[in-house]
Amino acid sequence: MATLSGEAWRVDPEMAAAAPAAALPHVAIRPARGWTGLNLGELWQYRELLLFLIWRDIKVRYKQTALGAAWAILQPVFSMVVFSLFFGRLAKVPSDGIPYPVFAYCALLPWQLFAHALAESSNSVVANERLITKVYFPRLVIPIAGVLAGLVDFAIAFSVLIFLMLRYGIVPTWTIATLPLFVLLAILTALAVGLWLSALNVQYRDVRYTVGFLTQIWLFLSPVAYPSSLVPERWRPLYGLNPMAGVVEGFRWALVGKTPAPGAMLAVSVAVVLLLLVGGLFYFRRMENSFADVI
Amino acid sequence: MSDLAIRCEGVAKQYRIGQRESYRSLRDTVTHGVTAPFRRVRAALQGGNGRPANGTPTIWALEDISFEVRQGEVLGIIGRNGAGKSTLLKILSRITWPTRGSADIYGRVGSLLEVGTGFHPELTGRENVYLNGAILGMRKSEIARKFDEIVAFSEVEKFIDTPVKHFSSGMYVRLAFSVAAHLNAHVLLVDEVLAVGDARFWSKCMNKVRSLNQQGVTILLVTHSMWQVQTACRRAICLEHGKIRYDGKPTDAIGYYEGLLKTTDGQEDPVLASAPDQAGMASAGAESIVDFRVQPLGEWSPEGKPLSDSGMRIAFAAKLQPRSEVKLLIRVTSPTGLPYFSALSDPVHADSNGSIHCESCIQKLMLMPGQYLLFAALCSVEDSRNMLTAESIPFEVEGPGCTNEALFWNQVDWKIRDAMETGGRA
Repeated sequence: MATLSGEAWRVDPEMAAAAPAAALPHVAIRPARGWTGLNLGELWQYRELLLFLIWRDIKVRYKQTALGAAWAILQPVFSMVVFSLFFGRLAKVPSDGIPYPVFAYCALLPWQLFAHALAESSNSVVANERLITKVYFPRLVIPIAGVLAGLVDFAIAFSVLIFLMLRYGIVPTWTIATLPLFVLLAILTALAVGLWLSALNVQYRDVRYTVGFLTQIWLFLSPVAYPSSLVPERWRPLYGLNPMAGVVEGFRWALVGKTPAPGAMLAVSVAVVLLLLVGGLFYFRRMENSFADVI
Repeated sequence: MSDLAIRCEGVAKQYRIGQRESYRSLRDTVTHGVTAPFRRVRAALQGGNGRPANGTPTIWALEDISFEVRQGEVLGIIGRNGAGKSTLLKILSRITWPTRGSADIYGRVGSLLEVGTGFHPELTGRENVYLNGAILGMRKSEIARKFDEIVAFSEVEKFIDTPVKHFSSGMYVRLAFSVAAHLNAHVLLVDEVLAVGDARFWSKCMNKVRSLNQQGVTILLVTHSMWQVQTACRRAICLEHGKIRYDGKPTDAIGYYEGLLKTTDGQEDPVLASAPDQAGMASAGAESIVDFRVQPLGEWSPEGKPLSDSGMRIAFAAKLQPRSEVKLLIRVTSPTGLPYFSALSDPVHADSNGSIHCESCIQKLMLMPGQYLLFAALCSVEDSRNMLTAESIPFEVEGPGCTNEALFWNQVDWKIRDAMETGGRA
């Protein structure tokens, strides 16, 4: 004897008592008018989504690759080897008294962090088109997640540096305590530029072709393969207009502690990053109104 | 008004034609920018207002949309392709912004414009439930609490730790719908996503929507399925060319929509069948169908499924206003809602407790083997197309053959003389 019956639904206690209208959240939808506030409070409400997106990017990054997370080590290590051979050995580029491999690797670490974060974040909005056209959430979550997901690769690559420093017998000084600040500066630099590029990328896909080229040029404009001491003293604050100059020299100073502290240059770099970042945040917020229509 | 869930006032949305299809290249913008002053001067000389006289062509996807939805209402939105249904839902979901007008929503908004938004093929079912939940606005703790329920609803327990790229498309949408269905929203905006899975799951989804509504959730449903509008909605809006053309009873909105389908673009719109009327919704939500069950009549298969020549005994109880009068409807449809047959009772009255007990028998199903939905509904006495409430049960008819071969089964007695049996004497 068979009896089919309709599904019985458990009533969710939270929903069962309909809250009075006064207690309900109110969503006001108004036409978008130019510049708007950053609404960082809402961003904070969506912090779990941010963590989930970062977690997704990390989880998915090396799926279906043969070498997996080894990629995070291979890229900076090979760059370091090539740099040491051609710039260190053959071209005899000075390295401020630090063994050239350590000199180069100290710079390649923040550089790779920056370059990957920039590539990820500037492509992030377009890559998450489906989310943007189907679900509401603060759009800023997307480029921020793109930037932060690169930190895991950075941590993996960092382990090689410890090995290198042991190999060359370099003992870090107290300055290593300042390293997190320089990591933060590298992240913020990538985010500042990434915000502009990701918003521009929605309307102008030219950005896609620009980023690779830009990173390449930027590498040579930054003291990765050479020390900033090659730049005349009085021009150094100007050199700091490239925020990565401050980041890279800051890394060397924090890790090895032999080079002089990048004072004026660093100050200029920080100022530039903050300007770019605040401008980028507002620009992104202004452009995000049209993302779903244009993407 | 305290029981207001959604209010739209003069909402309009303008699109630049072509804007949605392609993105501009920087070069175009640069050349555009360089020539802009000249165009502006020319326009000014021609007496324009400074904007280019023949500027970018634009269309109004929505014009002057105003309506209110009360809490606990289920509003259907119908209209032809391009009528502006999805644009309206996108504005209410805050995915895009209106060009003019304003909208207010009271309560936590859940929007389901697509099933499985943000699902990543490389992640497992479990991981995707968490990711998708977070994207839809659930907290991690909330997802964890509902996780077992979500998985049980989706019926993919066995594969929950398999990457979803190995899922069948049915399993994929089932899991995705389950996450969405457990969203704790006060206002749910749904776009065509209910057309998922097989017959049984479809029925389960529809029942879930109804049960959410019974819990007080306000639902806005964009759909092309008139059956869905009839069974799930209390009120429907018909959009055409970005304007509300009809707002009122689902049956009348459907009538208006069907009139639209007969006209082609450019022709005059059909005359309104009747003025917008909301009086019919006074008793909204008061009716329900409970204890809906099906029992065998005649011979069923050992697995407990009916055969083509089996009968079916259908029993249900209805709850409604005491002493009110309704007609009862039994209907068998395809999984997608195509009706095969219906039977409508004479008008009956509820007792003083507001209940009606009904038992009905179908002597022979006469259906080909396959999947079906059985609906029981309460209909208004004045117009039996106006359904007050409906409930469905999926069932399967067993036997050789399938629905692809024919719609109906019938008993045929063959009288043929077989040449082999008669020994070929002829």
